[in-house]
Amino acid sequence: MTASQPGVGEPILEVRDLVAGYDPGVPIVNRASMTVMAGEIVVVLGPNGAGKSTLIKAIAGLVPIRSGSVALAGTDITRLPAHRMVREGLAFVPQTENVFASLSVDDNLQLAGGILAARLRAERIEEIYGFFPDLARQRRLPAGRLSGGQRQMVAVARALIVAPAVLMLDEPSAGLSPKLVDLVFANLTEIRQRGITIVLVEQNARAGLAIADRGYVLVEGANRHEGTARALWGDPMIAELYLGGMRAAPAPRS
Amino acid sequence: MAEAEVVIERSGITEAAAPILVAEKIVKRFGGTVAVGGVSLAVRAGEIAGLIGPNGAGKTTMFNLLAGSERPSSGRILLGGHSIEKSSAEHRIGHGLGRTFQIPRPFADMSVVENVMLGQQRQTGERILPNWCLPGRVAREERRTFEKAMGLLDFVMLSRLARDPARMLSGGQRKLLELARVLMADPTIILLDEPAAGVNPSLLEVIIDRIGEINRRGTTFLIIEHNMDMVARLCGRVVVMATGQVLREGTPAEVASDPRVVEAYLGGGA
Repeated sequence: MTASQPGVGEPILEVRDLVAGYDPGVPIVNRASMTVMAGEIVVVLGPNGAGKSTLIKAIAGLVPIRSGSVALAGTDITRLPAHRMVREGLAFVPQTENVFASLSVDDNLQLAGGILAARLRAERIEEIYGFFPDLARQRRLPAGRLSGGQRQMVAVARALIVAPAVLMLDEPSAGLSPKLVDLVFANLTEIRQRGITIVLVEQNARAGLAIADRGYVLVEGANRHEGTARALWGDPMIAELYLGGMRAAPAPRS
Repeated sequence: MAEAEVVIERSGITEAAAPILVAEKIVKRFGGTVAVGGVSLAVRAGEIAGLIGPNGAGKTTMFNLLAGSERPSSGRILLGGHSIEKSSAEHRIGHGLGRTFQIPRPFADMSVVENVMLGQQRQTGERILPNWCLPGRVAREERRTFEKAMGLLDFVMLSRLARDPARMLSGGQRKLLELARVLMADPTIILLDEPAAGVNPSLLEVIIDRIGEINRRGTTFLIIEHNMDMVARLCGRVVVMATGQVLREGTPAEVASDPRVVEAYLGGGA
């Protein structure tokens, strides 16, 4: 699909000093930078309102970029419309409304593969069913009838059908029980083993770090910390970001 | 339970220690998913209590159950000592329970003051017949409603935008509009869903200040909020939820240093 893919360990997604937001006067992402190497799983962490979702949506072409740049495999893709990103090899799984609930699993995949030739599309769908046997069994069911975890898999499957180089996910654990989180994240690990680079935004720091190689910590729209997943796992700084505001509490008023 | 209600009624809601809103063993299932798994909590008259917890903890579902937009699968809710778990959201508003939403959706083409006036309960002109039989009364009431709405807009510092369509308001101004709309019904307790979310820092100070002022005038609050600085400044007591359960209750400083709370925020599970 993509012209020349970088080898494992070379940069595949480079974000430089990105400023982005819906309102020109209110940048939600404020000079965020990150470099993702081919074959990595990178997690973006941070408290509510840090700008994590806006960052990943801006990269995916869904939020206006005010300044800065995004490059995929060395090609500048800043401000490319979202549907073109997919052709360039960058797929995005939104947090909500990521499947057509009234359509069958099969139709969801057919639609997502709309840019592919019919034969290639059919091949890819079978490949995906091989990867997600649970979905194969329920291919005729409306996606809305599936459990939250299976619905999330349909959303991931939709993104995979174009065989992206980079898969980006916005809070894949949201609304899932701990057991389902484990299941979905185990799938992500397998997807990476097939050579797809993964960038995910997560509120659930433990789940994200458990599968990631490296993490970026976003605060007030800028990346404040970065490190290996192992180093971030035990770093009290992360708990401090979530709850620190309360620990420094002034005496309660009443 | 009948005994407890009597006690609450005798003590009156002015006494600081009396619970004004009580949830007892509330369970809410959606299909096979348990969103709220047996939550008990009490909000005392006059306090500003916080309801915090990681995403997906069940906080907003709990608000929906308390405010009446969802019914619990089991459990009881008491407002001023009376069972309300089966009553409608409108009934609860009429009995002093106000609620704001995380993402306010004002009627975009109506003016700001008209949106506030919608918060007024039981207007005579809402029924068809009095419009014909009692036009003077309807007009007088509308006048009073308008003046009250203008007064509240002044209170939340939006009066200069009163005649503008609500779509002109920023996210933070919409939160203030929500507050004014809820105050129209003269609530005794207000449930606030993420008043700080998406609000710029200077407007956030206005919101914090107004909540404090409403509270000093006697209104109780239960606040869902992720901005921990705001929680620490406003709330004397915080209830922490995780995976549909109450994990911990205490002062902001106490809960923030509880390792179980820290672990829940990191996603380690309850």
